[in-house]
Amino acid sequence: MTSYIWLIPFFPMVGFLINGLLGVKFKRSWIHIIAASAIGLSFLATLILFFELLKVEPAARHFENVIFDWIIAGKFKTQIAFMIDPLSIVMALVVTGVSFMIHIYAGGYMHGDPGFRRFFIYLNLFVFFMLILILANSFLLMFVGWEGVGLCSYLLIGFWFEKDSAATAGKKAFVVNRIGDFGFVLGLFLIVATLSQHGIWSLNFDVVFKHAELLGPTTVTAITLLLFIGATGKSAQIPLYVWLPDAMEGPTPVSALIHAATMVTAGVYMIARCNVLYSMAPVSLEVVAVVGALTAFFSATIALVQNDFKRILAYSTVSQLGYMFVGVGVGAFSAGIFHLMTHAFFKGLLFLASGSVMHAMAGELNIQKMGGLKKFMPVTFWVFMMATLAISGIPGFSGFFSKDEILWQSFHRGHLFVWILGTLAAGLTAFYMFRLTFVAFFGKPRMDEEAKHHLHESPKVMTYPMIVLAIASVVGGYVGIPPVLGGANRFEKFLEPIMGGGAHEAVAEGAKAVAHASASLEFTMMAVSVIVALIGIAVAYVFYIKNPQLPVRLAEGMRGLYTLLYNKYFVDEFYNSVFVQGTKDFATFLWQKVDVGIIDAIVNGVAGLVETCGGLIRRLQTGYVQTYAFSILVGGVAVFVYFFWESLF
Amino acid sequence: MGGLAHIPILSVVIFFPMVGVLFLLLIDRENESAIKGTALVFSIIEFAISLPLIVYFNPGTADYQFVEKIPWVKALGIQYFLGIDGISLLLVMLTTFLTVLCVLSSWTAIKDHVKEYMISMLFLETGMLGALISLDLVLFYVFWELMLIPMYLLIGVWGGPRRVYAAVKFFLYTMVGSVLMMIAILALYFLYHKATGVYTFDITKLYQLNLPVGAQMWMFAAFALAFAIKVPMFPFHTWLPDAHTEAPTAGSVILAGVLLKMGTYGFIRFCIPLFPSAAMKFVPLIMLLAVIGIIYGALVAMMQKDVKKLVAYSSVSHLGFVMLGMFALNMQSVEGSIYQMLNHGISTGALFLIVGMIYERRHTRLIKDFGGLAKQLPIFATFFMIATLSSIGLPGTNGFVGEFLILLGTFKTSRPFAVFAATGVILGAAYMLWMFQRVMFGKLDKEENKVLKDLNWREVATLVPIVIMVFWMGIYPKFFIGKMEKSVSNFLATVNKKVEARRLMDTGAKALADNLWQTGKLKVRKVN
Repeated sequence: MTSYIWLIPFFPMVGFLINGLLGVKFKRSWIHIIAASAIGLSFLATLILFFELLKVEPAARHFENVIFDWIIAGKFKTQIAFMIDPLSIVMALVVTGVSFMIHIYAGGYMHGDPGFRRFFIYLNLFVFFMLILILANSFLLMFVGWEGVGLCSYLLIGFWFEKDSAATAGKKAFVVNRIGDFGFVLGLFLIVATLSQHGIWSLNFDVVFKHAELLGPTTVTAITLLLFIGATGKSAQIPLYVWLPDAMEGPTPVSALIHAATMVTAGVYMIARCNVLYSMAPVSLEVVAVVGALTAFFSATIALVQNDFKRILAYSTVSQLGYMFVGVGVGAFSAGIFHLMTHAFFKGLLFLASGSVMHAMAGELNIQKMGGLKKFMPVTFWVFMMATLAISGIPGFSGFFSKDEILWQSFHRGHLFVWILGTLAAGLTAFYMFRLTFVAFFGKPRMDEEAKHHLHESPKVMTYPMIVLAIASVVGGYVGIPPVLGGANRFEKFLEPIMGGGAHEAVAEGAKAVAHASASLEFTMMAVSVIVALIGIAVAYVFYIKNPQLPVRLAEGMRGLYTLLYNKYFVDEFYNSVFVQGTKDFATFLWQKVDVGIIDAIVNGVAGLVETCGGLIRRLQTGYVQTYAFSILVGGVAVFVYFFWESLF
Repeated sequence: MGGLAHIPILSVVIFFPMVGVLFLLLIDRENESAIKGTALVFSIIEFAISLPLIVYFNPGTADYQFVEKIPWVKALGIQYFLGIDGISLLLVMLTTFLTVLCVLSSWTAIKDHVKEYMISMLFLETGMLGALISLDLVLFYVFWELMLIPMYLLIGVWGGPRRVYAAVKFFLYTMVGSVLMMIAILALYFLYHKATGVYTFDITKLYQLNLPVGAQMWMFAAFALAFAIKVPMFPFHTWLPDAHTEAPTAGSVILAGVLLKMGTYGFIRFCIPLFPSAAMKFVPLIMLLAVIGIIYGALVAMMQKDVKKLVAYSSVSHLGFVMLGMFALNMQSVEGSIYQMLNHGISTGALFLIVGMIYERRHTRLIKDFGGLAKQLPIFATFFMIATLSSIGLPGTNGFVGEFLILLGTFKTSRPFAVFAATGVILGAAYMLWMFQRVMFGKLDKEENKVLKDLNWREVATLVPIVIMVFWMGIYPKFFIGKMEKSVSNFLATVNKKVEARRLMDTGAKALADNLWQTGKLKVRKVN
């Protein structure tokens, strides 16, 4: 079975092709069944491979399928080849599993949409590219998936392209990602350019990692920083996070799948995959951790005051991705991946639940116009609650284990600044999530009678997948219970064989410190983060249940801060006026002044001059062939004489 | 080559379209469907005839293949000398491929003088193929000039409102280059004679001449200017947007797809291998202009109001990549450069076809006249999207392979150039997607656009082959790169060898002179 890795991306491709090429006449239910079962089969294949992998010795858990040669130029060679190892199988399980649920859900959610078929075509294509990204055995093939998911993200954000805001958001996502990809490809070039001096012409992960020592410390730092630029684009970190909140223009299942659970985590996956390189570059790791922590905190503050259901979740996603980068940035690579997995469950679920709410509220997203939804949508409420508890880090829920692992590791490996930001962000997270819950689901319904009349729980095709994810949001953390709580952190053990970078001294030091830390300290830290979360919840309770006037007064008291947060620190405005408008102005200058004003003016000027001279020279046109022949002769002789003379020297 | 040994296949490939011209001459000009049908059949057969070239091409050698060599003007050493290698092979295939699509795309777009139009088209095909296949400088020059005439007519007769201005600008620009090139060809001819006592225009022989650097510089400059105008490189590009906006669709496709490649092909076939030491000296200048072209073309494209002009400026950007890769002079970059020549023919060809299809329906190409077309024209939108993605080099499409190899190769030798050039990849996405959004997305709010009909079968048939090529070249580039591998490595080896030999000659001569001077054997020392 290990030679059938290609089956995993194969099924979504088949689904894409069937619905894409033949699906024009298909009934909607058929389109849905084809698309969803393609992902289901892919999940099944992943599951089988996972168990195959478990049968093998941990050290030998690495299989590759070479499909065919891809780009070969001179000595440079890449192949289309897939690879599974503990890291990629975990990612593939998460991606296919969550995708499968969301594919089922989307059949209900997109039911009345005229673009039903187009939606599932794009969605299947997305999963295909995402699996290419994960299963690639080389940087270059990973990049194919990397840009491919970007394309699908672009298409799906702009799915309702008649809305200008949607079309603009899609384009913004693509272009911002391209800026990140610019860094990413330069990183690849630097790898090839450096290794080729040692006769190594490959971008295969195992080859590059094996010869990582040849890169030298400066180069490896440069490479890892360049790759990280790519990650800030794809995974929406400072300074390139701006596209993700806008991406909420896409249909909600897309937000759940692409912009929460899977694609946006690609940057984290990439860094974990390259842990060998990152471990050799402590500076890069520090940058990753600090950027992650800043992003986690910064976007959590924005989420505090937003009123758009999905935007709150979007900023929350940016923030949670920041945590993952903190995890990998402090060298706790498997902790980062662990949070990636639990986040996929609970954030995917939060978005699906928001979709369920939108479904009931005819697309309304303003939480101030909701309220009391608990009564009308009990299932949605309960699954939402599970996910909220998980993201807030309440003990027993998956997010607790993964987030706590990251905070603990960052504290103990000596990243105090990162830990403080992370802990504060955890409090903010608990606050804004419970604010959202209280405002939307509790209290009195604030929608008009007409809307209230239409409130209903979503159909089973939507609620069942949510329930599955709710279960995962609770129990998903149990695979990584730390020893101090009586677990064995099996998740970390499973990933251990590929986290070879952990052996590198800079990182190993930290790991050793973590291993030798006292249990009581670990309990204390755990208590700290739980208390911080509880404070966040308590404040939200006071603000939005006990005394709803309080936040209003507070906002008025601190108008400046509120405006700043509400307008997301005016970063979009700044980018637009400086970068976007700046580029356009410069481009217009080049066109109008340089192209038309200078170059073409010279050309036309010369043409005019020639015409004038031509008028004079016309007098030479005697009409006698002899005269012409003579001038040709003179000209020819002049040319030859010149060149003979020239060539003599 | 076995079975083809006795057939002068290259001559057949070059002149078969002329047979089509003869047939067309016999058809009554009123019978337009017969004229179109004949032209189509001949272009398809021509494509079919060119297929054996790629099938029987031996990728294991850098030698010219399917060679035909007969003396033409013996006294002057002019030969009828044909042959292809891995570099010209693919461009020949591109030419015969695109011509079919051009004939198809002209079906309803051309309403006047259909007969003359189709004759020009086939005539043009012969000219282009001849220029690509000739290995004798005079023969090359004849074909080079021969293609100018039908192209001039295509723009000047069947073009848009400012067609005469555009056609004259095109003609003059290219003529300036051609004249300089002719002078350089003659000079080379005499210098070769001086060195060997033989008069010849045979480029395989001329390659062996290793001129002093000074003479190389002049001749390189003359050739380079001719080709740089054709490419066109910044700042010689301003004829291109005018020519493209005025040319009929098929004219633009051929212009972008093949004619511009004559410039880049000229560099790789003539300029660099004939004058390699000079080329080395020109590397920084040309790479600089290439990078400026990439960024400048992209930025100017971004602000265009006319879709066709936007695509034209994007060509300036894309061909900047071709030139950059070529002058980085290593395996990856040169192969990427040649690949990008093909890509540009495919992707930009597709974009021009697509713009033509919408122009035929709406008689406008201004971005502001569109908006929301994706709703009305879903099939059109799909093809347009694929062409756009191929143009911005999405991995999995042809564009990626070319850009990647060019940038990779360039990065190895000249990092700053590669870094700046790579920003072109960001800008490319920005201007293409912004245009796509304004044309295809948003509200379908113009009454005229609400009645547009989606693509018909003929139009789909025109675009499907392109889509196949986009993915084939993106997913399995080995098929194409494998054909050029030997020729490119031979090209690079020859260039390096000649440069090294020249350097040794110069330093050796200098050392000898110094030695003689110091030992007093040399009395007069020439100062230079």
